[in-house]
Amino acid sequence: MAKYIFQRLVYMFITLFIIATASFFLMKQLPGSPFKAEEKLSAAQLEILYEKYNLNDPLPIQYLNYLGNLFQGDLGVSFQMNNQPVTEILMSRIPVSAHLGIQAMIIGTIIGMLLGVVAALYSNSVIDYASNIISVIGISIPSFIFAGLLQYYLGVELGILPVAFWGSFAHTIMPTIALAIFPLAISARFVRTELIEVLGSDYIVTARAKGVSNATLMFKHGLRNALIPLVTVMGPMAVSLMTGTLVIEQIFAVPGIGEQFVTSIMTDDFPIIMGTTLFFAFFFILIILVIDILYGIIDPRIRIAGGKD
Amino acid sequence: MENILEVKDLNISFDTYGGEVKAIRGVSFDLKKGETLAIVGESGSGKSVTTRAIARLIPSPPGRITSGEILFEGKDLVKASEKQMQNIRGKDISTIFQDPMTSLNPTMKIGNQIMEGLIKHQKMPRGQAKKRTVELLELVGLPNASERVDQYPHQFSGGQRQRVVVAIALACNPKILIADEPTTALDVTIQAQILELMKDIQKKTDSSIIFITHDLGVVANVADRVAVMYAGKIVEIGTVDDIFYNPKHPYTWGLLGSMPTLDSNEEELVAIPGSPPDMLKPPKGDAFAPRNEYALEIDKVQEPPMFKVSETHYAATWLLHEYAPDIEPPEAVKKRMKGFAKTGTIRTSEEGEKS
Amino acid sequence: MAKDNLDRDLFVPAKQDDEGSEKIQRPSLSYWQDAWIRLRKNKGAIFGMIVLFIIFIMAIIGPFFNEKGINDQDLGLSKLPPRVQGLEDVRWLGLDGTKSDTFEASSVEAAKERLRQRYTQRDDEFMTYDVKSDKDGSAEVTGYFHIYEAKGLQDQYYWFGTDTLGRDLFTRTWYGTRISLYIAFLAAAIDMVIGVAYGGISAYYGGRVDDVMQRIIEILVGIPNLVVVILMIMILDPGIISITIALTITGWIGMARIVRGQVLKLKNQEFVLASRTLGSSNTRILSKHLIPNTLGMIIVNTMFTIPSAIFFEAFLSFIGLGLQSPQASLGTLINDGFKALQINPYIMIFPAIVISLIMIAFNILADGLRDALDPKMRE
Ligand SMILES: Nc1ncnc2c1ncn2[C@@H]1O[C@H](COP(=O)(O)OP(=O)(O)OP(=O)(O)O)[C@@H](O)[C@H]1O
Ligand SMILES: [Mg+2]
Repeated sequence: MAKYIFQRLVYMFITLFIIATASFFLMKQLPGSPFKAEEKLSAAQLEILYEKYNLNDPLPIQYLNYLGNLFQGDLGVSFQMNNQPVTEILMSRIPVSAHLGIQAMIIGTIIGMLLGVVAALYSNSVIDYASNIISVIGISIPSFIFAGLLQYYLGVELGILPVAFWGSFAHTIMPTIALAIFPLAISARFVRTELIEVLGSDYIVTARAKGVSNATLMFKHGLRNALIPLVTVMGPMAVSLMTGTLVIEQIFAVPGIGEQFVTSIMTDDFPIIMGTTLFFAFFFILIILVIDILYGIIDPRIRIAGGKD
Repeated sequence: MENILEVKDLNISFDTYGGEVKAIRGVSFDLKKGETLAIVGESGSGKSVTTRAIARLIPSPPGRITSGEILFEGKDLVKASEKQMQNIRGKDISTIFQDPMTSLNPTMKIGNQIMEGLIKHQKMPRGQAKKRTVELLELVGLPNASERVDQYPHQFSGGQRQRVVVAIALACNPKILIADEPTTALDVTIQAQILELMKDIQKKTDSSIIFITHDLGVVANVADRVAVMYAGKIVEIGTVDDIFYNPKHPYTWGLLGSMPTLDSNEEELVAIPGSPPDMLKPPKGDAFAPRNEYALEIDKVQEPPMFKVSETHYAATWLLHEYAPDIEPPEAVKKRMKGFAKTGTIRTSEEGEKS
Repeated sequence: MAKDNLDRDLFVPAKQDDEGSEKIQRPSLSYWQDAWIRLRKNKGAIFGMIVLFIIFIMAIIGPFFNEKGINDQDLGLSKLPPRVQGLEDVRWLGLDGTKSDTFEASSVEAAKERLRQRYTQRDDEFMTYDVKSDKDGSAEVTGYFHIYEAKGLQDQYYWFGTDTLGRDLFTRTWYGTRISLYIAFLAAAIDMVIGVAYGGISAYYGGRVDDVMQRIIEILVGIPNLVVVILMIMILDPGIISITIALTITGWIGMARIVRGQVLKLKNQEFVLASRTLGSSNTRILSKHLIPNTLGMIIVNTMFTIPSAIFFEAFLSFIGLGLQSPQASLGTLINDGFKALQINPYIMIFPAIVISLIMIAFNILADGLRDALDPKMRE
């Protein structure tokens, strides 16, 4: 297990390094200067700033500096927002996005799980068909369309929820629903398939042959085995949350990283774009790693064997 | 001896997309206290379905017992409620399944899997159940039992897992032990050990065993009586001696003929030609007729009833009818019938086809 | 025993008819026939196929249904609501070519006045009203503004309405569908070619080649495609080709892994070993035996790639990295519609419905295909 985690960490590191390098050289290709906003600056002042940020050094040196800064969590300064450090901007916005993301993920997964279990238990019933339709729709329809519909009907037409902005719990409801649809759909579908397979497996027959009650059969033998692999869909969920964040926050004017990111794209604020991209990459890789380790912890087959096959 | 189990005219169907599969068509037999009944027959002949029905373990849907009785100690299990069955399963009737690799819950410690039955049926407190579990594991010949109770199935080899499965089945001293090909997935030496183990335990507890196998050598070794199944029916049933020394049904001849013996050459093996019928549309008349070189014209018209050969021996073939011409079993089978006394561990040729 | 009524003549050895044992076997169907039969039984998949067929046809001919061009702007015709011949009286469908709103005021007349103001009308010539409630002191009135008549366009029908620049949305929606499908198919095709080649080579040659190629994949999968796509679009200016390239940079990885897995599995099977002993060359074996056998998996995977490419294209438009006007895709249309969502929801609704239908249809068709092509399901 330790060896496996180490190996994964090495890959994670290489991947991040590649992304960081790619984004550094991309940045150098792109137009604009970090100090565009301060046009009042005299040439001399600019020179000082360039000196301070080592922008007069040859490219390789700049690159090394950049990597060094990155290691210390310094993602540079924003072009547009008064040279505020990107890290600071991100840090102020991550909690909002995290709040929304976690809330959506938990609600979506729990409802999806319940739906999946019911669908599996009553497979080929009306409930099963309904749950199937819900998951196909949830997986297929882009979250921004849901968001648009919610905003129009609940916000504009009925006026029961705030159309946009951030503040109270009510503000979080629509963005949470829009973000939760995908986790809900994917976990409902996954749990259904998994549970049907588990319930048809030999060890369930063995357990039944022991004379255990239906409840024990379901909870101790069935659900446990069906829910463990649910950890693996956390990867796609994380991706959907990231993409979802970008558009949903934009639609509902939620002050998270997604909204910042889209704004930065409009204003060509490259350091923020690059910083956020790096952050997303880091987050994604971290999630994948966590999933692997978590899976190893809760599934005894992997826990002992060490690593996945 | 008294019958602990009587199966009477059992019919079981599966509702599939293609239509109704009549998997079991009028199976009757009985099981006496302390005896071992072997069930043999080709793949798909209904051995597993029959025995699973006894513990009411047929998945439903698609499976359904359409008619018949399963009398366990005089009580009809077909009519028993699910709750009543839960109290019988594992306690009175235990089952060992074929594949030890898949028949244990992968995320549950094996100790807990064995204890489950003890706690449920014998109302044992956990501590005591655990002690008994260790005893059971020692009984089935698993070294370091006290450590191994806390391990998971994947930490065991195939043979060890099957021992665990046997321990689960034996936990509550069942009156009937159903073993559905308990050794097929194991290598030959382990097979022998598991069989030895089951025989030992039977002696100690005086339980009855229904044993499904493809290995006629094993049958000769462990069984008291043998039932031969074909296409959802018992076509011949009798004592081991009846079946091996005086087989009457051409299908039994075929099975015996396809079984290698120590002193026979490969060339003498005779495989049964063709394949079993599609149970979606069972053929008219005797289901075995199309593959039977001794078939009579009447086989195409009417199914043969069970003819009595002796007090212990019955067979369903028109060849036993008084009108039938005298037909002798093939030479190869006759030769074998003489040689069976000397058999060692032998397997049928079908075994290789199974995956 | 009822032996009495048995015919003695029947107790003679039966004539062996060879067909007898043949008949009981099911007709053997080819893999594809078998899959097709199972696919046909899947109602969802059939629904998906029909929907996709209709949408494809519309994407091809839809833009030519009327004489309006995709970029014919006329601000005088902006924000016309949808109007369809024959549906003008079916008010709830919202295809009657009227704009409507509901106001509450102290009296019916006051509410009407506000409605007139809302649509900048002096009199009731182009207005109809629907009084919802009229208690003393409070009235609720829904007013319908017949904008087509008001603009003198009695004979005009914009089926999906017009956008803020007065362009015909019907033409634009199907044109956008065409572009979106084009990007998706192109991306899926490229993914398929690269993925099959990479996975096939990796598995077929095995050993060191496979090792190195797998390490590369392991590093690449760590990069979320969101990140790759955004980075790529930032250097390549948004356009059909650059979006397609961005989508394929990491898009082929899934395909490569599947193909590799399949080829590894098949590689050591008998028929391949047999043809190798017969002296077939590597490329021949690869193309003659391995690829056809993995084709099912490749098709299914491609079917899942297409909707995800459509989604990403729309997503990019939404965050401002999509196609630039005057080009249009479903994504840009939805994005435009969003800006006018609160007052003119219909601008977004039609492209949103089309994209949703495409996504749903592809997903259920892909699901159905996966089930139908899965050899495990075959009895
Ligand atoms: N769940 C099911 N659905 C449909 N048909 C079934 C089901 N289970 C069993 N059958 C059918 O019942 C028949 C008997 O099957 P069974 O498993 O009893 O065979 P078997 O004699 O045990 O064979 P084997 O030696 O391979 O274990 C087969 O024709 C099979 O197709
Ligand atoms: Mg069986």
